[in-house]
Amino acid sequence: MKETEIKIAPAGSVVFNIAEIWDNRELLYFFIWRDIKVKYKQTYLGILWAVLQPVLLMIIFYLVFFKSLNVSVGVYYPIYVFAGLILWGLYSTAISHSSESMLSSSQIIRKIYFPRLLIPLASLLTALIDFFIAFILLLILFIVFRQPVSWHAVFCFPLAIVLIFVSSFGLGSLLSALNVKYRDFRYLLPFVMQLLFFSSQVVYSIHSLRQDWLKLLLFCNPLNGALELFYYPLQNGHLNITGVIISTGVSCLLLAVGLLYFKRTEAYFADLI
Amino acid sequence: MKPAIEINQLGKKYLIHKPERYLSLRDTITGSFKNVFGRRSDNKKDFWALHDINVKIDQGERIGIIGKNGAGKSTLLKILSRVTWPTSGNAIIRGRLSSLLEVGTGFHPELTGRENIYLNGSILGLKKREIDRKFDAIVDFSGVENFLDTALKNYSTGMQLRLAFAVAAHLEPEILLIDEVLAVGDMEFQKKCLGKMEEVSKQHGRTIVFVSHSMAALKQLCTKGLLLENGRLIYQGSIQTTVDKYSGLFQTHSDGINNAQFDLTKHADKANNNGLLSAAMYVNGQLNETFIPGSEMKILLTYRINDALIDPEIGIVIKDENNMAYLGWNNKHIGQKLYLKTREIGQATIIIPALNIFSPGKYYVDLFFGDPHQFYECLYNSFEFTIIQDDVYKSGILLNPALNKIYIDNVTIKT
Repeated sequence: MKETEIKIAPAGSVVFNIAEIWDNRELLYFFIWRDIKVKYKQTYLGILWAVLQPVLLMIIFYLVFFKSLNVSVGVYYPIYVFAGLILWGLYSTAISHSSESMLSSSQIIRKIYFPRLLIPLASLLTALIDFFIAFILLLILFIVFRQPVSWHAVFCFPLAIVLIFVSSFGLGSLLSALNVKYRDFRYLLPFVMQLLFFSSQVVYSIHSLRQDWLKLLLFCNPLNGALELFYYPLQNGHLNITGVIISTGVSCLLLAVGLLYFKRTEAYFADLI
Repeated sequence: MKPAIEINQLGKKYLIHKPERYLSLRDTITGSFKNVFGRRSDNKKDFWALHDINVKIDQGERIGIIGKNGAGKSTLLKILSRVTWPTSGNAIIRGRLSSLLEVGTGFHPELTGRENIYLNGSILGLKKREIDRKFDAIVDFSGVENFLDTALKNYSTGMQLRLAFAVAAHLEPEILLIDEVLAVGDMEFQKKCLGKMEEVSKQHGRTIVFVSHSMAALKQLCTKGLLLENGRLIYQGSIQTTVDKYSGLFQTHSDGINNAQFDLTKHADKANNNGLLSAAMYVNGQLNETFIPGSEMKILLTYRINDALIDPEIGIVIKDENNMAYLGWNNKHIGQKLYLKTREIGQATIIIPALNIFSPGKYYVDLFFGDPHQFYECLYNSFEFTIIQDDVYKSGILLNPALNKIYIDNVTIKT
């Protein structure tokens, strides 16, 4: 067995130990596995819940915005809304679950050591699994409604998901660490989520807005950049590159701030929680 | 060979917030305003839970950490397990370390026994293939094989504990840290676990650091002892002399504080000021720790609860030196519903009108306080008391202690 030496010293500079997270990948897997198992235990519909919500919302939005208000988005509306809703679902679940994750794991945090970052990461990956189930339904909808998808999807879809992953990991780890110290953020979160939803181009399209400054402002919500990338292969319109760049910039900033704050406060989690 | 654990000038400071632990943004803002205007917020104070600890533990040594409640034992173990960080000094750990600050960490009530073995094992640091390999042995050890696919919430508390211990007993790290975990569960099974750990450590030369209030368990498992008092290491040596020194602590009252009374707010975990604050033991109305059989015992508890408890519970266990319990109950057993004050200091008194234990010797009191569904405090061995021999029937002929464990008042023989 190889000789391991660990030095325990007062919390000092921020060190990211990627190797340690990799060493604990099995634990990460067990956390995700637990969350999925627990989520669908004793439910009659089980994993179907992952698609039921976006489907029902899609029907409502279809009736209200498309049939009654004639909102135009450049893609067949139900497809547009469903795609938007499942990306929103990924984004919002990832953020809200990971921001609650540290508090709900307080029992474990107080009693055993492992890289704390595994906890918000596990919440995020759990949300990703639900997303892929809903994504399969989206692919079925593409076929049913004969939705043309351009070859750009090969890199646009993954990029959109990476963008969501980066921003929600950043925001989620930031909020989860803040939540440990200031419980105020618990109450702030539902409001933030509403704000994010209405500023996301899920039921409308940013392209249909008139003011340019408003478009750019809305792209500060990273989900809009992701949605822009995701919708692009489905339509003939153009891609708002500036918007995507703004969203990417904001995402990277969120990730940096989130991880730094998380690492800086990590040392006090067990004492505060 | 370099020592397995090297602790150098280790210290841990807690900032105690007087009224509440959960900070809110408002507190921080008003706090910083106060600072701006030159008034120090005086609801904070420093508290050194550990101070200047220097220890070297060689590979294969089995160390027992001994000390009163609040001496810093658990804090030291938490730092070595990396659950919390030290404030000063450092510690070097050489080898794969597992810590058992609790058994069944991460157990989920909705998952089955089988699933929980994997989850708990993984949290304790086992790899999946190690769990696969040890699975049968763990199941065998726990004795719950018929319930493996039943959700844990349907297990009895005893079964849950057995399962938890079974996983814990199959850890095979090079260094194992164990907190008071063995104080719960039935005696027979505890002995089995202790035996298993001893066997593993002796065979493979594993290093063990063990915190316990059970002197018998410490003497069985450990070779050396560390004695902590008020966050300082006051003695290290063989386990026997350390245990003796510890017993000596109870006889000297140099700090002027009676052993029949203690203040929990000094305890590190009490930084939030939530729960029990102090406890005092009265014998026939006097603060004391010596009983003659049949004396009245009163235990006065002071508490402060921040969030109302739905189902409050106060319980007591009295046991002898060998951990043999003589009595143990809580308010539910005696058919009492408790109403506790919240957000202010309250008092509760446990009254035993006549403690009819006859066997002379040392006894220990465990106290339990809280709500099984919210937070629960277990203070093991919070008091030590002595029962002295007495002519209980005033006959001039002493009862034979070998024949009399308890005594009953007003017995007569009618002719």
